[in-house]
Formats: sequence, structure tokens, C-alpha cells
Amino acid sequence: MFKNYSWDWGVFLQPVSTGEPATYLGWLLAGLYNTVVLALSASMIALAVGVVMGVLRTLPNQRLAALGTTYVGIFRNIPVIVQLFAWYFVLPELLPSDVGTWFKQLPAATQMMTSAILCLGLYMGARVCELIRSGIETLPKGQRSAALALGLTLPQAYRYVLLPVAFRVALPPLTSEMINVFKNSAVASTIGLLELSAQAQQLVDYTAHPYESFAVATGVYILINLTVVLVMRQVEASVRLPGYIGGR
Amino acid sequence: MIEVCNVSKQYGSFQVLTDCSTDVAKGEVVVVCGPSGSGKSTLIKTINGLEPVNKGDIRINGTSVCSPKTNLSQLRSKVGMVFQNFELFPHLSIIDNLTIAQIKVLGRKRNEAEDKGRMYLDRVGLKDQAAKYPAQLSGGQQQRAAIARALSMDPICMLFDEPTSALDPEMVNEVLDVMVQLAREGTTMMCVTHEMGFARKVADRVIFMDGGKIIEDTSKDEFFGNIDARTDRAKQFLSRILQH
Repeated sequence: MFKNYSWDWGVFLQPVSTGEPATYLGWLLAGLYNTVVLALSASMIALAVGVVMGVLRTLPNQRLAALGTTYVGIFRNIPVIVQLFAWYFVLPELLPSDVGTWFKQLPAATQMMTSAILCLGLYMGARVCELIRSGIETLPKGQRSAALALGLTLPQAYRYVLLPVAFRVALPPLTSEMINVFKNSAVASTIGLLELSAQAQQLVDYTAHPYESFAVATGVYILINLTVVLVMRQVEASVRLPGYIGGR
Repeated sequence: MIEVCNVSKQYGSFQVLTDCSTDVAKGEVVVVCGPSGSGKSTLIKTINGLEPVNKGDIRINGTSVCSPKTNLSQLRSKVGMVFQNFELFPHLSIIDNLTIAQIKVLGRKRNEAEDKGRMYLDRVGLKDQAAKYPAQLSGGQQQRAAIARALSMDPICMLFDEPTSALDPEMVNEVLDVMVQLAREGTTMMCVTHEMGFARKVADRVIFMDGGKIIEDTSKDEFFGNIDARTDRAKQFLSRILQH
């Protein structure tokens, strides 16, 4: 194994061969930065859209519920790479021509980042939607009745009674989705966004040290996701309810 | 105070309630009993509009529950309701359970709402449990807290939907004691319950339902005292539940 391969971990500190004032490590860090910006922005969109759509799906109003169902149907069932191509290559053509032209004149990196954030955000939003919906639906039906019987309006019942508990139910699977956003962000490399995995690929082309390059990228992904797990565990612990399993 | 006029309701092709009419006067205690599936829980849930009806009308103090013009939330805030499974909000402490609707619906100040909440907690014997969370209380304590939550809204009447059915036998009495006390204070109450001892003690009237219909609506003394005059179905029901 690796018989004729000459390992060189020092390659990361070498200046890049394109003449830019950077090291290969610098490239990886720039990629990490893009990955973090993309994943965090997409998470925020996913959470906002997912909560709204998840609530819609549980409403007695059938039209609003159908809107949520349609959203999930579209964004969950189409492969994320196809969605990304649609956002990046197709959507700008469908926009009114002045908006489309304005978008195409933005710096390439901005175009790619915008498309990728919207794509991942709405794709993951469909998954968050289902988590929130199932979180609400696992609550006893009497909770909604009790809230309404006290005179709370339906929006108040969601705000003060149903959602605070549904969020707690949905937290552990939301952690998995947060990790998925970071992992799925690598798909943005297919439209040319230089995020972490794309930079690792670029290092392979420039240095011919593929194993070192991908080993480091892999390690960074694991570190990011362990951080996510630790942070989410803290959040879970801080909102755990007294009297429940594992509670205070 | 509560008028139920010719109410019918169906789920799809299943007729849950057929032409039910009754009324509850101010200060009156009415017990609704009957076999499982007879529609008694559905009936009591139609009174504050938790279950919409297909036909007929329900009025509380003259305000129609079924009219689309009625502000249902406002009307419900005046009608206390106690559920079979307590339905305290698990993420709120007991005192917060008692104050949330006072603050968000009635617009009371927090300290005013807490004073009121503590007063009612004291009345149901839970003064020391205010800071606990629902899951830290026993079933009987949770149900008493739920009654206190409903009372904190200063309701004009109280609806009870099988309030002791989910309780351990040992805890039934602590909840019934609170309900008896309320009845004796002149609270207008409509109670779906199988507790015939409670009915005998404090009810003014007994409604007996079967198959979605009100088949008996009579005074307590007539219902329990003149068994021979009861319908066959009511006789059968009474003989089964009063046997032991």
C-alpha cells in the first residue's frame, strides 16, 4: 500500500505555484471559509423556511397546508445537484432580463455563493419542515385544544405552546440536518464554488499530493461536525424539561 | 347560561350527535353520563367550539358559538375547560401554566396574574408546587393545577371532560373534592363523568346519552331516585355501573 508514494506533509506550507501570495494551506483555509459561510447561511434559510412550512403543514386551513406539502414535494424529491444546476444555470435566464443581467455581472464567486446558499437552504428547508411538522404532530392533540380553550388564538397557541415543545422534540434530528448542511455544501464545487472540497481537489492538481490534501480536508470536515454536535448538545441540555428523562 | 339547540354533528358518514338540546342555568351543575362512544365528550367540546357542529346552534350568555361573526377566542377565554389528560403545558412551570393565558389573552400584568394564580393554587392545595414543572407532579396534582389554570381566567362557567378518567384510583378523590367545592360555591358546571357518587352529591341535573342522542335529561333526584321510570338503556347503564 502506498508503495511508490512519497509522503510530504510540508507541502501545505509551500507557496502556491500560480504566483499568488498564498500557501496551499491558505487555499484550504479560504475553502473552509466558503464552506462555513455557505453552510451557516443555508442553515439559517433552512430553519426559517422549514419552520414556516412545517407550521403550514399542520394548520387546519387546507390551502395553506397544501402549500407546505407542495414545497416539500418539490424540494425534497429532486436531487440536490439538479437543483443546484437549476439555480445557477437556469434561474438567471428565467428572471426578468434586467435582473438576470445584473446577476450575471456580479463577481463569479458571488453568483456561485448566492445560488448555492439559496439551493442548499431551500433543499434543507424541506427536510427541516418535515422535522418541525412531525415535532408538532407528536404532541397530544389535547395540547392545541387546551391552548385554544384558554382563549389563545391559533397563532398564539403555536407561538407559546406548540412550537416550544415541538422544537425540543425536533432538536436531535435537527443536529443531524445541521451536519448534513456542512457535508452537502461540497456539492457547490460542481458549479465551481471553491469551498473546502474544491480547494482540496485543486491542491491535488497543483501539488500531486492527493492523500495529504484529502486527509486534511477530511479531518477538517470531521472537526466542523464534531463542533456542531457539541454545540447542539449544549443547546439540548439547556432546554431540557424538568421531570423528563435526562432532565434536571 | 349555556343553551344547546338541536345540535347535530357527523364525521363523514358517522353521526356523532343527533339533534341534541339542553341548557344549563347559572349556578347549575349538570352531569353528562353514558357509555363510551355515546357522544358525551364530543357534545361538551362543541360548547366552546373545539368541535364544530353541522346543524343547530349553541349560545353562551346569548353569544352564538357557531356564528362566524363571534370572536371565538374571546368567548373561550370566559369558559373554563378541564381535559381528561390534564393538558398542562410541559415546557412551562405550574405558575406559568396559570399565568400565560391571563397575560396573553386577558392582558393582565404579570404580578397581578401570578397573585391570582397563586390564590387558585392555594385553593386546590398546590401552593408549594408553583415553581415545579408538570412532569414533576402526580396525575391528581396535575389535574388540580389544570382546574386552577381554568379558574384563573375567572370563567363564567366550567366544562369538565372526564376529569378523573385518566387518574389512579387513589387520586380520583382529591380532584373530585375540588370539583365538589366548586359546585357548592355556585359555579356553573357541565361535567362529563362516570363518577356517579359525584353526581349524587352535587349535581342538579343528569343528562344520559346513548348513540349520539340525549335520551334522559332530568333532575338528579328523579334520575337516581326513580329508577323504574328510566329508559331501558339508562337502567341497564345504571345497573352495570352501580353494581359494585
